[in-house]
Amino acid sequence: MKWIAAVPLAALLVLLPSFAGDYYVNLASQILIAAIFALSLNLLVGFGGMTSLGHASYLGVAAYISALLTSRYGYSHGPAAIISIAGTTAMAAFFGVIALRATGLGFLMITLALSQVLWGLAYRMSGVTNGDNGIAGLTRPMPFGISLDSAASFYWFALIVASFAFLMMAIFVSSSFGSSLKGVRDQPRRMAALGFNPWLIRWITFIYAGFWGGVSGLLYVYYNKYIHPTSLSTTSSAEALLGVIAGGSGTLGGPAVGAALVLLLKNYASAYIERWNMLLGLVFLFIVLVMPTGIVPGVGKLLRRGSR
Amino acid sequence: MTPLTSDYALEVVNLQKSFGGLAVTHNISLAIRPGERRLIIGPNGAGKTTLFNQISGDMRPNSGEIRLFGTDVTRFAPHRRAHFGLSRTYQIITLFTGDTLEHNVILGLLGLRPSRWQMWRPLSDYSDLATEARRTLDAVGLLHLAEHPVSDIAYGEKRRVELAMALAQKPRVLLLDEPLAGLSNTERSQVKSLIASIPRATTVIMIEHDMDTALDLAETVTLLNYGRVIVDGDRDTVIADERTREVYLGA
Repeated sequence: MKWIAAVPLAALLVLLPSFAGDYYVNLASQILIAAIFALSLNLLVGFGGMTSLGHASYLGVAAYISALLTSRYGYSHGPAAIISIAGTTAMAAFFGVIALRATGLGFLMITLALSQVLWGLAYRMSGVTNGDNGIAGLTRPMPFGISLDSAASFYWFALIVASFAFLMMAIFVSSSFGSSLKGVRDQPRRMAALGFNPWLIRWITFIYAGFWGGVSGLLYVYYNKYIHPTSLSTTSSAEALLGVIAGGSGTLGGPAVGAALVLLLKNYASAYIERWNMLLGLVFLFIVLVMPTGIVPGVGKLLRRGSR
Repeated sequence: MTPLTSDYALEVVNLQKSFGGLAVTHNISLAIRPGERRLIIGPNGAGKTTLFNQISGDMRPNSGEIRLFGTDVTRFAPHRRAHFGLSRTYQIITLFTGDTLEHNVILGLLGLRPSRWQMWRPLSDYSDLATEARRTLDAVGLLHLAEHPVSDIAYGEKRRVELAMALAQKPRVLLLDEPLAGLSNTERSQVKSLIASIPRATTVIMIEHDMDTALDLAETVTLLNYGRVIVDGDRDTVIADERTREVYLGA
């Protein structure tokens, strides 16, 4: 039943460039990138009960590493991508050791502090990062010799990566390890008494989330061909967190829906009102009041009530 | 003094724990043989649950030693003790309320298996886990509720799920923290016969206030008060002891 509903959606996603203009295709690419990012954050927030306010670190660092390696050090895209993802994952492993000394609010504050450090570095180390000017003039990779410069080809590339990411994360949360993770979220003490190692389970999840955050960062820099310190800022982290919570944390579809919502609001509302953040806040407030568990679980509940 | 051999399933040696100036565990020593049924009694605040928390590793003692089958586990994290054959239930029910009874028991099984690290295979693929979980639920008389979420079932049934999760692990040492608390008379006798049916391969240490039921299950009794062992020994000896009357039975 669920899968039958997924077929038209998949068809729509694949065929989008054939009926939509470049503007919409590009918007869809951005949504896909934001969705991978939100999904990776959701592993921490929704499935692990670890609310992070510094997840932009992984997106930003992966993007910066790739940008620097390709533009300054003459690496080609393949090795640059591998180094960038490996570096970002290693950084997640290191940050995880620090942040997981605490849980709850303490964890949130440490992730926030660590991301602020990186943001500060990106701004101030202008010799390396070019500071507030950002790094411009980047190129997109050419996987198997296919150029990704057109809106449609990049969209399909992003769609393949996003589908793979979604599948991998779906498998992750439904595995035994995923059950261990949810158990540790709900009853850490009991889980420890049952023989699970809560710290290690959280740490592995933290690294895995960092990995996918890095993947979204690579797509991000490929798409924009430009990187600026704002992508490392707390605002970026908070926007993604907002998307996860609005869409429905702890669900698979929720973060994607939430990320799309945030991005659409940003794109359309910012054309009309300067303070589009205020509008985002209001929409978020409305969602939390009407559907406290988020859009996807909320709509699901409505549909079930309707069909009864 | 407590003999230092591994003839014992659980040994506690000179255990000491204080919160600030308040000594909640005061030089407690216990030695419990494999297969023994030990009842720990004492008035509220005697330090019974605190003692359990130190044995299970939720709480670190200030000094002293805890040994499981001769191995010093005092510095072990709780999950390592679980792999050593230690299982426990909680006085305050600690279950996964949104999940089904079956899933709760499966978590108990999974905790001791290497497959808990498996990231690529769906949990539902492990049909042996589900079968085993259902067998345990059947043993505690809850098979008919296996598919229900814990939030749907009655309090007495939750108590039995607590027990099922621990029993599924086939522990060598089982700590039961007030397994009869808040149960009706019928439920009480159900849980009583359930505890009585635990195989002798499992050493059972139980905190319980309901003396009528608990004394039937116990072979040996330890009386705690103000964090100290007051009397320790054979059930009948402890009951007959003058100090027990003073402290607990309120002579």
